[in-house]
Amino acid sequence: MDLVKRISSNMYVELAKRNLKRHAFRTILAAIGIIIGVIAISSMGILGNSLKLSVSGSLGDVGNEIVLYPAYGETVITEKQVDDLSKVGDIEYIIPLLSSAARAEYKDEETFTNVYGIERDDLYPLVELEDGHFLRSGSKDCVVGASLADDLDLELGSRLTVQDSQLRVVGILKESGFGFAIDPDRATFITPEAYEKLFDDEEDGYNTVIVKVKDLDDVETVAESIEERLNKKEETVTVLVTGTILESIDEIFNSISLFLMGIGSISLLVAGVSILNVMLMSTMERTKEIGIMKAVGASRNEILKMFMLEALFLGIAASLIGGVLSFGGGFLVNILILDDASYLFAPSSILYIVAGVMFGIITSLAGGMYPAWKASNMRPLDALRYE
Amino acid sequence: MPDSIVELQNVTKVYTLGSNEIYALNGVSLSIKKGDFVTIMGPSGSGKSTLLNMVGCLDLPGEGIVRINGTDVSTLSDDELTTLRRDNIGFIFQQFNLIQTLTAIENVEMPMIFNRMDADARRKKALSLFKQSNLEVEYADHRPNELSGGQQQRVAIARALANDPPIILADEPTGNLDTKTGESIMALLGDLNSKGTTVIVVTHDPRLAEYSNTAIRLQDGEIYHGSGEKNQ
Repeated sequence: MDLVKRISSNMYVELAKRNLKRHAFRTILAAIGIIIGVIAISSMGILGNSLKLSVSGSLGDVGNEIVLYPAYGETVITEKQVDDLSKVGDIEYIIPLLSSAARAEYKDEETFTNVYGIERDDLYPLVELEDGHFLRSGSKDCVVGASLADDLDLELGSRLTVQDSQLRVVGILKESGFGFAIDPDRATFITPEAYEKLFDDEEDGYNTVIVKVKDLDDVETVAESIEERLNKKEETVTVLVTGTILESIDEIFNSISLFLMGIGSISLLVAGVSILNVMLMSTMERTKEIGIMKAVGASRNEILKMFMLEALFLGIAASLIGGVLSFGGGFLVNILILDDASYLFAPSSILYIVAGVMFGIITSLAGGMYPAWKASNMRPLDALRYE
Repeated sequence: MPDSIVELQNVTKVYTLGSNEIYALNGVSLSIKKGDFVTIMGPSGSGKSTLLNMVGCLDLPGEGIVRINGTDVSTLSDDELTTLRRDNIGFIFQQFNLIQTLTAIENVEMPMIFNRMDADARRKKALSLFKQSNLEVEYADHRPNELSGGQQQRVAIARALANDPPIILADEPTGNLDTKTGESIMALLGDLNSKGTTVIVVTHDPRLAEYSNTAIRLQDGEIYHGSGEKNQ
């Protein structure tokens, strides 16, 4: 409290306030520039952030898996390659998958589904059951994803028609969101034997292999070992680490946020120039005052301090107002562009407002720097003579 | 001369106006002792303001040496000159030169702020300077434009005394005042001088010379008649 009292009774602070009030209209115009700049930066940042949050929200729990696809020019991953894979260390599961898109019918409804041929034991690490049980080997049972079940009104025991064959639904999965390797929500999981019967013209081998590692920290090294083992002579499989896909999506959206903020910062730059202009006018008008102060003992630092304080107060006041109004600006762009303002109060959105406010203050200080320097370097005699 | 508080040796200042060189000061030497009351007189353009600016460390000589309290000012940096002014010299101007955004008492406090005096001490000092300059305390919170010319000049004198400078420099202190107010201001300066402050007044009003014990006349940048040194 003592500090607050000391600051508010400080003559420099008082002088800065009075000088800002002296040309209230000019001060307000300069402040409006900063306010607009801060709103522009913050709401653009919020927009970018909301875009990112809305996209990553629709991605499921991707986790950190390694997914192998046949490389360009190859059609399948062979049994031998899967054998080779098992020689790589630190792997917990190797899950080879057969997959095809197919038409699924139930009663009068029909839709498309991704049919996966998979061993019963391999399903456990991959998906979670909502209802029923997993496949029995050799059966014509199937386990279906949540969206598929929803679309076709499937229940346990329903007889689903896929590729003119009837499959009995024995399990329904929990909803999991979009995945990179497989899309469980729209999937129909059947045994590899049943798959061979449904799609008998397929080549021998797998379409996809999912690898889960023991320790998530090792995922990059394991991916490298796999590359070394399988792609030594030529590129036969494409190795993807899902975590890095998520990272690059993150990076893309960070760049978008940065780009949008860059657009916003142009208005802040203009505001900075207007502060420079206003402060420069103010120093010219107060030339004589500066001369008097120097004559009675104000050092260069003290003059510098006076003018920088003015710029600082203007910057803080305008930026805080801008920060508060940014919630309105952020709300507006989110409603207009995303049709959804629910990400406005996310902590990362608030962070962009803080950044906007900081930039506003920094811009004001930068704009005030040259005029303050100029004022402090005036020669007292010239300044005193100035009329 | 250890007892001279202001000493000028062969000081020359040349201004260039277009292709003409104008000697504002041409080889001026003088010495002012502690406790002197000096008037510097001369017609316009005689160089008296330039001389005052030299003594006030607002201007530096082109040639020659200016010593204030024994310090050669040409060896000092801009900030060192400011400190020298703050601690040694009180300025009184013809146009009063008060800061319009500050109240009367804040104007008096200003030099003490630059001298880093704490708030309570400087308010107390400012009030006592108010009394010393014959100002009513009720004017303390008035802005300069709410005061008469005489009152403003008294505030300026109080401000000049703020850091107890040994030297007071006044440039036409009565120039903007009526005769009666002017006389009271000069009486105030005489009063200060009797307490030991060295007072140097620039004027072209010969009546003011009555208050001084030394009169210096300048003409065309040279001392014309009488100087502190010759009077000894």
